[in-house]
Amino acid sequence: MEFDLSVQTVRNLNAFLHDQGSSDSRVTVNNSAGRHNVAVGAVHPCRIEINGHVGYYCAGMNQHADILVRGNAGPGLAENMMSGTVRVTGNASQYCAATTHGGLVVVEGNAAARCGISMKGVDIVVGGSIGHMSAFMAQSGRLVVCGDAGNALGDSIYEARIYVRGRIAGLGTDCVEKPMLDEHGKELERLLESAGMQYPADEFRRYGSARRLYNFDVDNAGAY
Amino acid sequence: MAKSDIVMRIRRTILTPATHCLSIPMPRTGCKNPFVCRFASRASVSGRVGQQKISHEEIFSDSGYFPPDLISLCFPQSFITGMCGIVGLYIKNPELEPVLGQLLGSMMLQMAERGPDSSGFALYHNPADRNAVKVTLQGDVHTDWDEITRQLTEGLDFSVTLIPVATHAVVILDCDAGTAVRHVKDRVGNVHINSVGNLIEIYKETGSPDQVIGTFDLRSQHGTHALGHTRMATESAVTTEHSHPFNTGHDLCLVHNGSLSNHNRLRERLKGEGIRFTTDNDSEVAAGYLTWKLEQGATLNEAMEEALVDLDGFYTFAIGTRDGFAVLRDPIACKPAVIAETEDWVAMSSEYRAIAQLPGNQQARIWEPEPATIYLWERN
Repeated sequence: MEFDLSVQTVRNLNAFLHDQGSSDSRVTVNNSAGRHNVAVGAVHPCRIEINGHVGYYCAGMNQHADILVRGNAGPGLAENMMSGTVRVTGNASQYCAATTHGGLVVVEGNAAARCGISMKGVDIVVGGSIGHMSAFMAQSGRLVVCGDAGNALGDSIYEARIYVRGRIAGLGTDCVEKPMLDEHGKELERLLESAGMQYPADEFRRYGSARRLYNFDVDNAGAY
Repeated sequence: MAKSDIVMRIRRTILTPATHCLSIPMPRTGCKNPFVCRFASRASVSGRVGQQKISHEEIFSDSGYFPPDLISLCFPQSFITGMCGIVGLYIKNPELEPVLGQLLGSMMLQMAERGPDSSGFALYHNPADRNAVKVTLQGDVHTDWDEITRQLTEGLDFSVTLIPVATHAVVILDCDAGTAVRHVKDRVGNVHINSVGNLIEIYKETGSPDQVIGTFDLRSQHGTHALGHTRMATESAVTTEHSHPFNTGHDLCLVHNGSLSNHNRLRERLKGEGIRFTTDNDSEVAAGYLTWKLEQGATLNEAMEEALVDLDGFYTFAIGTRDGFAVLRDPIACKPAVIAETEDWVAMSSEYRAIAQLPGNQQARIWEPEPATIYLWERN
């Protein structure tokens, strides 16, 4: 199935993705031209290839679909995705994979500020660098950065794990470097392999929560 | 206006993982503090401020962070931060100069959804003679330009030429800029000076970009570079005077996407320094700040570096100069911006879809400007 967004609307495309069942396993989208909300809410296993740049919220709330963007993505790529994969061959703008629950997001270029903010289980692999405030309040999942990271990385992080190969402008509150154990090396190798990134795992360092902001006491549960 | 005159209803919509939308009505409020709603993806505000009905929706989810501009709900004639669209185009290949207006118009139309209230653009073209100055005047549909021409030219010892363009007019005066501005203000009381310079002309009106582009026939304009703005009013009223671009000095102008939180205090400080303001618009304060710094002898680069310290709030600025344009984002950088460059042009916009209108965009080098970093293009 092919969609030409210079002729058809994004709503045509998304309605098809919501309704198609598993009958059409390959969808090609042309002339995206920076449009918003391209391939949002895909709920069936299928391969979606978008030829061109996309605007806000591409691939949001994806479930099961395997989405490729041949170009750059605007703000909010793969936001709140549940499963499936999203790959961008160029750069992604701010809050890429925000609040995302599952699946794999690969950005071959750079991701801007707030990458993986409040991530809740997604795996994110960025081939280049990421901007400031990335992985803020990240709850679970893995963020792999093959380049550098901006300021305040992992501020107020919960249990997500961050691997960075390059330099870090600054760690956020309660985010600390942690030892790279065998299990982490193996986990990282698997992530790099699934993202198609050719870097040795031993060039990366691991970061996570120091758990100094964990003040909850089960005895106080009644107060909530 | 009493605070009890402000009635607001804020509705927060949470987009849940299962794609169901759950709307949570927030309490009636004049909210005093920004608040964090960690999982919000969409917020809307509707209600009235005095007799003025308002409604606004913004989708934002970068941190689930509700903009501090909600503070502004406490104040009359305020509004939560909006979007606005900004575009800039700088021609490198002279063969494209005849179609500058055509290209800028196409870019502005793509930003119509970001700013349906008002639009404006600054064009750099048709240089006045070296010893002359060009002033763009903003009138209205009732302005009698023949009468204004008579007022401006009567008994003068230097030449004045006035060219009406719909509700605006370009006036060329054979004198220095200071004399020109004094002369216009002394002789004509009921028009607003949009711009002063050798090359710059600023046109702006309330209405959709489509209307404004048509009114001033942007599509037939040529030039070396231009900036455009589509406005969704947030901080102040919807009037032509509140629209962008704002002239910031000789051949300088500014368009802004965002909202400044310290504009009231800064405006008072700048008034004390002799900078004059005609509106309560926050972006005019940013323009006035740059004007003040430049008058003190700072270079544009220095003025922008100091703006990073003194301006508090959210902003992406595009600043038109005599020879090019500059782009500056605040250190938080939540207002979007994208820059693209080819052999033939450099363009900036709030979104890529504006740049997608330009010839050769598929070969462009495209990137997102870094926070708190000055980008400046100037002709040699």
